[in-house]
Amino acid sequence: MLASILISVGFLLACGLVLATLLIIAEKKILNYGTCKIDVNAGKKVLEVDGGSSLLSSLAEHDVFIPSACGGRGSCAYCKLQVLEGGGSIGPVEEPYLTKEEREDNIRLACQVKVRKDIQVQIPDELFSVRRFRARVEHKKPLTHDIVELRLKLIEPDIIEFEAGQYIQLESPEYKGKDSVMRAYSISSVPSDNHYLEVIIRLVPDGICTTWVFEHLKEGDELNLSGPYGFFHLSDTEAPNICIAGGSGMAPIWSIVRDMKERGIARPTTYFFGARSQADLFFVDELQQLDKELPWFTYVPALSGEPEGSGWAGATGLITTVVDQHFPDTSKHEAYLCGSPGMIDASVAVLSKNGMPEENVFYDKFS
Amino acid sequence: MPLTDMNVFASFVLIFVSAAFTDNILLARFLGMCSCLGVSRKVDTSIGLGAAVIFVTSCTSALNYLVYTYMLVPLELEYLRLIIFIVVIAAFTQLVEMIIERVSEKLYNALGIFLPLITVNCAILGISLFMLNKPYSFWQAFAFGLGGGFGWFLAITLIGGIREKINEASLPKGLEGPGITLIIIGIMALGFVGFSGMIKI
Repeated sequence: MLASILISVGFLLACGLVLATLLIIAEKKILNYGTCKIDVNAGKKVLEVDGGSSLLSSLAEHDVFIPSACGGRGSCAYCKLQVLEGGGSIGPVEEPYLTKEEREDNIRLACQVKVRKDIQVQIPDELFSVRRFRARVEHKKPLTHDIVELRLKLIEPDIIEFEAGQYIQLESPEYKGKDSVMRAYSISSVPSDNHYLEVIIRLVPDGICTTWVFEHLKEGDELNLSGPYGFFHLSDTEAPNICIAGGSGMAPIWSIVRDMKERGIARPTTYFFGARSQADLFFVDELQQLDKELPWFTYVPALSGEPEGSGWAGATGLITTVVDQHFPDTSKHEAYLCGSPGMIDASVAVLSKNGMPEENVFYDKFS
Repeated sequence: MPLTDMNVFASFVLIFVSAAFTDNILLARFLGMCSCLGVSRKVDTSIGLGAAVIFVTSCTSALNYLVYTYMLVPLELEYLRLIIFIVVIAAFTQLVEMIIERVSEKLYNALGIFLPLITVNCAILGISLFMLNKPYSFWQAFAFGLGGGFGWFLAITLIGGIREKINEASLPKGLEGPGITLIIIGIMALGFVGFSGMIKI
């Protein structure tokens, strides 16, 4: 009896061991591609990396950060870049994300290209200014029941240069069996405050990164982030602005408006902020103060679900209806939108119905 | 006529046909359903996954036959076959994936990406286990694996073809995706039941 138990256990163990060793040896021998060179922007930077991992992570190891929201699973398609040589053929995961023109331009998803030999890539120059930062949480302040503001002190490097409207990516560490992920958040602080960064984060139910921020991150903790990314910023024109935001979409607009004030840009600006009830509004006093102080700035909070008789004197209804009432003619304006895809699509529809040309609408879509 | 008395080639063909048609692993036994539902949206991908399954079933049935006859039976550890077969199949697919990735990128894109999907596919384990129900020789076991894999390939390709056509039609919302696919599979299974009893081994 005992003997048969021992034999079976021993056999299982031996079997597992043999196969595991075989796999480990195979991985070392077969998947070893040696050292490969990555040539970024025709010799501007040449990196030597160990072959075998993805282009995205190989570049990140050497401090070249390509934006990526999904963390390399091939589902966000943010990490597109031009691979001039050595990228191999397009894989089935990339297939749905690449248009015909992009294929002709050798655009690939960096997370799906494996570095197996020397490779040549072309990335936008702005990405060279993207850095990885170590930062400490200076404060974590609840703004509403599901939105917090983080103020981060930069440690290493201790200074950042960015334009109001750009975003950073926060890295959540591994916790409770969840993988480490990177998530994008717009910067809500102003560029002149360059030793600090502020972000506004709304709790996403079951979201890996936001749950970490809400439940685990404490004041004084250190974290990693990278940035700045993105092309969402104020244009150089003189056109009057319509800003529309909801929820944590407040962040880039909050940054842009205060940046305009600091730099003395007096373009007429109307800021529509949509929320459900008064409890979902934040920065109200600050924004009303700006509204009084600055002749060119108007703040219009609009509530869609405020109960009757609550004493709310401001605008009510969907944000799009309120915008429609205020601006029946938008043909001369520029619009800056930030919020959920649903809100943005609805806003774009109203703005273009009232005459705004498509190229005057700028937005940052969250999903 | 008992299998042992037939000449090798005849029994090979017989076992292949019976495993592919009368005992179709997908349509008669309903195994390997999860990857079938997931991947059968297009004929191209169906063929890719089907080909990977043929390759893996034929190789693993041979491998598992050897492991069973020369290791498990002498040690009287037949009852461990389930767990040992799983381990062998998983290790084999991992190994093949690595080799394919290294050898040919084209082959990897066509076949290799499906291998992790079928590492723990029940159709493959099922074929290795069913093969022990009959007193097969090594080559007969291989034929059983090849035929079983081919049957699965045939079924998923047919399903893929029908789904491609059906996707162009407008379906009631509730039937889209897996719903209509299960109905298609059910009707096809009825068709394959017609083969049963054709060959008795």
